[in-house]
Amino acid sequence: MLKLNLKQDLVIRARNACRNIVGSFRYLFDDYSSVTIERTVIRLMGIDGALQDGKPYPNIIVDDLKSKSALGKGAVMWVVNAMTARGMSPQEVAHAVATLGLDLTKIPIQSNEEIHKTLNQYTDKMLTHIKKQKLHREKMFEKYGPRRIPAIYVIVATGNIYEDVTQAKAAAREGADIIAVIRSTAQSLLDYVPYGATTEGFGGTYATQENFMIMRKALDDVSEEIGRYISLTNYASGLCMPEIAAMGAMERLDLMLNDAMYGILFRDINPQRTILDQYFSRMINAYAGIEIQTGEDNYLTTSDAIEKAYTVTASQLINEQFALLSGIRPDKMGLGHAFEINPDLENGFLYELAHAMLTRELFPNSPVKYMPPTKFASGNVFKTHLMDAMFNFVGQLTGQGVQLLGMMTEAIHTPHLADRSLAIENAQYVFNTIKDLGNELNLDSNGFINQRANSVLEEATLFLEKVADEGLLNAMSHGEFADIKRPEHGGKGFDGVFRKDIGYINPFMDRMKAELMQL
Amino acid sequence: MTKSKENIIKPYGDTLNDGKMQLSFSLQVNPDEKGKEAARLLLKKIGFDDIDICGVRELYEGFTHFIAYASTSASIDYSKVTVKTVETEVMSMEDTDEYIQAHIGRPLTVFGACIESDAHTVGIDAIMNMKGFNHRYGLERYKYFNAINLGAQVSCEDLLKRAREEKADAILVSQIVTQKNIHIKNLTRLIELAEAEGLRNKMLFICGGPRISHELAIELGYDAGFGTGSYATDVASFIAISISNRPDEKDS
Repeated sequence: MLKLNLKQDLVIRARNACRNIVGSFRYLFDDYSSVTIERTVIRLMGIDGALQDGKPYPNIIVDDLKSKSALGKGAVMWVVNAMTARGMSPQEVAHAVATLGLDLTKIPIQSNEEIHKTLNQYTDKMLTHIKKQKLHREKMFEKYGPRRIPAIYVIVATGNIYEDVTQAKAAAREGADIIAVIRSTAQSLLDYVPYGATTEGFGGTYATQENFMIMRKALDDVSEEIGRYISLTNYASGLCMPEIAAMGAMERLDLMLNDAMYGILFRDINPQRTILDQYFSRMINAYAGIEIQTGEDNYLTTSDAIEKAYTVTASQLINEQFALLSGIRPDKMGLGHAFEINPDLENGFLYELAHAMLTRELFPNSPVKYMPPTKFASGNVFKTHLMDAMFNFVGQLTGQGVQLLGMMTEAIHTPHLADRSLAIENAQYVFNTIKDLGNELNLDSNGFINQRANSVLEEATLFLEKVADEGLLNAMSHGEFADIKRPEHGGKGFDGVFRKDIGYINPFMDRMKAELMQL
Repeated sequence: MTKSKENIIKPYGDTLNDGKMQLSFSLQVNPDEKGKEAARLLLKKIGFDDIDICGVRELYEGFTHFIAYASTSASIDYSKVTVKTVETEVMSMEDTDEYIQAHIGRPLTVFGACIESDAHTVGIDAIMNMKGFNHRYGLERYKYFNAINLGAQVSCEDLLKRAREEKADAILVSQIVTQKNIHIKNLTRLIELAEAEGLRNKMLFICGGPRISHELAIELGYDAGFGTGSYATDVASFIAISISNRPDEKDS
């Protein structure tokens, strides 16, 4: 059977370093919150909706409390206080703040007992709903059977949610297991989540709760027709990580992109903000049974895939420890990597195989996510289709958890219906024809592939030990990751991070944490 | 001007001017004989002959994918084809540095960015990053370029503000996302703002991306456009030669 001889002492050292790296953020998780975390909490209470100009109610409430320096107690405290005092529902409170100018801080503070009674009632209601969604997913997989390995993952990205539905259903019938609705290109930098069904976007479709619901419904229908549960995924990344995670939990998304460092490095979002936001967003993902996927492919698209292979391994190991801290179990960690080596390189395939096996074996219980060639995809669709076949070959041979299918038109446009269909045909052909090949092959224990995998692991270990010594934020500010310098107090969204006051409440985080840590 | 000799050409399959073309498209029809006939009629209407619908693949949701070979009677006179391309000489990194030293005598400041909604830095990185792309180092590696890569989703206002503050010699704008012609809107907005702020003639404006040609760039009011297959050497040489040809640089 195809297997590496990894130096296990290096694996232990690398994981220890990562535990130290993520352990240093306790102060942040314990003492700080952010505007998007607060918006998430009141969304989970049941607040939704937006003004005519598109400004969402959760933003209006949180911004108003922030301007009155009242956010330190937690936005939900003020909302529940108003509910208790006025006998209103969360949505009625939101409506009154947004349209009638109700000042939540002017309402007399109600008794602690009353506040907590109301709070518990709504917290119970939402947590029960999320659990029901999780249970429904589990039942579907029981009924229709588990996802194939590697799962076939394709994207839809028309900008119009209704057009996306047509394309997603077609892909599902053809054999796709997971549908990703790619977001409109600028959404990661919006400090709010757009509202309602949307029919225009650029390079993708806005992630909104209603769009999630529309696609979920369509995929549920098609799942039933074809007798296979079709998973849905979107992006809990950018400036609204926990809010989008919460929407995914409510609308039963099955996977979500959620990387602990991507926003910092590749979107210039403030480091503290991102690390804080990912902590709660992943807790929501964990509670909802949503599989996370991380974005290590980005290290390879921006740098050389051989030279920087160790940064992928390092990032995977850091992502793993952050995920554990949020209560995500290994079987829900889709750690990422990619097939991005220059196709002109002699023996490039051997490197790809070594890297793919390294990821697979470092995380044997995780549905690791394998990304297709993009950097060397060109207008020559025939060549790109061939590269995608080689990528599919590695995916099946090494048993990757999720194969994000390459499109032959990767370098040209967001996929047309036929492009996606050809990609699925390509994957199905390769997966089927080499199905059990991996069981038949052995590697030379001192051969190139073993040496290469161990040398990447060693580089990653040394790098992680250095980062552990220096501190993650320091290392990022010096440009140690992806050659990009990200100062601790720089980047977007830093003004949305604040210190909690005494008496701060976030009942969802408390309850989720308590339940997740019991398991 | 001598009239060039007429040169009529047609697509080539395996016999000169047989007009053979390979086609692939989808229709909202079923994958049956009627659907196939619809595909054939469509190609006939376009003007194709000898139509062979050789591949029929079901795409579900009421769609079918067709693969076809057909002959066209259309032809063009190749001698009359003209195209706008960047015509400056392409020099190596070392030669460009020497050229700037000799002809301009100071390092050139170049700003790079993916503007507005575009979050895809692969193009600008290929031109600007130290590492470059496919064995051509990026502008950051040149001794005579002060290359500043602002990255993704930079607003036009921020880009122009920085360029003004640092007295940029050139601005490089990459646009990868082209859905619904968003790249045209973004590029036009930048040039209009630059004109309004009086910056248009103070620096070179260069755009690049997989769907950008030099011709399109000129049409949008840019100095040059670089499409797929362009390298840092192409861009660097163009900047160096264009700046040294500017009257104010010649005087100094």
